[in-house]
Amino acid sequence: MLDRQTQFASNDSNVVVVIGSGAGGGTLANELARQGIDVVVLEAGALHTRDDFLADEWASFSQLAWLDNRTTSGSFRLTKDFPNLPAWIVKSVGGTTVHWAGASLRIQPHEFRALSEYGTLEDANLLDWPLSYEELLPYYENAEDRMGVTRTNSIPGLPGNNNFHVMYAGARKLGYTCNTGHMAINSQIRDGRAACQQRGFCFQGCRTGAKWSTLYTELPAGIATGHLELRPQSHVATIEHDERGHVTGVTYFDTDGNLQRQRARMVAVAGNSIETPRLLLNSASSMFPDGLANSSGQVGCNYMRHMTGSVYATFDEPVHMYRGTTMAGIISEEARHDPSRGFVGGYEMETLSLGLPFMAAFLDPGAWGRKFTGALDQYDRMAGMWLVGEDMPRESNRITLNNEAKDAYGLPVANVHYDDHPNDIAMREHAFQQGSKLYESVGAKDIYLTPPYPSTHNLGSCRMSDKARDGVCNRHGQTHDIPNLFISDGSQFTTSAAENPTLTIVALAVRQAEHMGKLMKEGAV
Amino acid sequence: MPIRSFSHTLSRRVFLKASGGTLLGTLAFASGPIALLAPSRSWAMPLEALSSREGEILLVIIRQMFPHANLEDAVYTFVVKDLDRAAEAEQTRALLQGGIASLDEGASGDWLTLDTQDQFRRIEALEGTSFFEKIRSTAVVSLYNNPLAFAHFGYQGEEGDVGYLYNGFSDLTWLPDPPQPEDGFMPGTTAS
Repeated sequence: MLDRQTQFASNDSNVVVVIGSGAGGGTLANELARQGIDVVVLEAGALHTRDDFLADEWASFSQLAWLDNRTTSGSFRLTKDFPNLPAWIVKSVGGTTVHWAGASLRIQPHEFRALSEYGTLEDANLLDWPLSYEELLPYYENAEDRMGVTRTNSIPGLPGNNNFHVMYAGARKLGYTCNTGHMAINSQIRDGRAACQQRGFCFQGCRTGAKWSTLYTELPAGIATGHLELRPQSHVATIEHDERGHVTGVTYFDTDGNLQRQRARMVAVAGNSIETPRLLLNSASSMFPDGLANSSGQVGCNYMRHMTGSVYATFDEPVHMYRGTTMAGIISEEARHDPSRGFVGGYEMETLSLGLPFMAAFLDPGAWGRKFTGALDQYDRMAGMWLVGEDMPRESNRITLNNEAKDAYGLPVANVHYDDHPNDIAMREHAFQQGSKLYESVGAKDIYLTPPYPSTHNLGSCRMSDKARDGVCNRHGQTHDIPNLFISDGSQFTTSAAENPTLTIVALAVRQAEHMGKLMKEGAV
Repeated sequence: MPIRSFSHTLSRRVFLKASGGTLLGTLAFASGPIALLAPSRSWAMPLEALSSREGEILLVIIRQMFPHANLEDAVYTFVVKDLDRAAEAEQTRALLQGGIASLDEGASGDWLTLDTQDQFRRIEALEGTSFFEKIRSTAVVSLYNNPLAFAHFGYQGEEGDVGYLYNGFSDLTWLPDPPQPEDGFMPGTTAS
């Protein structure tokens, strides 16, 4: 993949540096390269190709997960169970698109207007996106086509596995509609990639390539243009700027741990919502003592991780939920905004399964004894779903630098602080209740309510806002303070909405690439 | 243990070997899924850092913490093996041996002679200690992350690598099949 790629000089100040190669960074880089713009992608993780992926949960976790130290604080349960693992995301080329389950849902029109629709909530920092559904619509269409999302563009839905069969039957009893979802997983051969073989290891990397990942779509396509150079194991330390306050390049640690410098015309940060603000904060200078693009003080603030939880239910008959796609069925009825339920915003219900090793680790972290083992005794008769909904942005839910803890390069690590908002708690209770009812309606024996996992959906820590004082970047992800510095991942999200974020991250990246190309043509940057 | 008095003359490796015991057992369920995988009904697990007795006590503790009525001791022994490996580090060995010693001390010298309920109460009382947490956190990973456990609990592990598309991903028969297009389509087939 990297053998014949173009190489750019470290002092080439005409390149765009993209930090991160996941949904945001990988897509942006390809879209820039397609316009003939030279791009250097700096990826902290190593290159693992499809042949390297493992059908073994713990071994794969060691291979792919971001395990660099982080710390946590706040009242969310992860501070106790997984104090150094607030997020379950990937450090590898392709970023978290290697691990994601493939659900590709559009944010609903009203969710872009969260403040106007929901009103002011105490202890929440709600805001309308500076961007409407209608404006993003063409980019959603582009994203669905490029990712091959099922049930769009005449692509048939995926065949449903046993876990879907159980969810579907329960959904009908409760009057919900349910299908196998809008998934960026090939149900048919498409775009040179295979049809899904229902391996059940979506989280461990898709060996057949049926599931969309930038690893084997956007990145090789970008490299093939001759305008994209991908540098794995390149951990960016700081973004540098000149006396005008414009960014001029980055410093990064290469494969051998040596500090390198890459000059740049523009820098786009897509390191996921913990690393992105960490990098801006770690780049503080005498001109920007609070970190880059932080005149609002909002860098790192409004960190969101979605309201989540899982319901697992056991039955008299076998289910074998681990066979086939991890997210095999979706119910969207509860994703509406209906304050009569006791909370604003809504949530999706999506099947989920874990293999035996991870079920033991995540069912009830810290648990032991008969209740716990009773659940695992029924593992082969278990069905499960994940509940994912909008969580409230709060200024105090925040990524900061922990100067007490340093990474392998001596840089302060990120501390993740999170407290559930009362709205999040009310929504989780409702979701637990509906999920339980669904399984009870088809004869569940035992129901297990599982707390949030280390989060894969990390959002909002450098949010988009109309006014510079309310956020970090504008409607194109361009930072309010620094015209040639961009935020290109889920950190941009003004609010979390209920839906899995990847499709929106990709749509925003396509739109941003267009904008950056235009700025370059106009000579504005 | 007289061997301790001259242990400094031996390499650490040799000392560990010398102090290591063996856990022995026989499969309880001759026709269970684990027996089908095992070459014989008898099994032996050599230990490096821990003695046979220490291994036995840990085995009982793990069984009490994670009780699965029909799960073979052979599977629990994987946890003992991982604790034994961890006990090659001085600090962990001291933690485990110290915890075992204080259990024995509270039971007139032999914790293993207590009845099951009494053993359980004493384990429960240790919750939150680093001794308890070391065993629990090791067990919750190793007990459920081996092919014998997979066979017992009905998880197919890496068998899934080739895909279940033609091998049971939607073989559930106790509920009606969902209709299409809510359910999707097998590769190569379409609605029309």
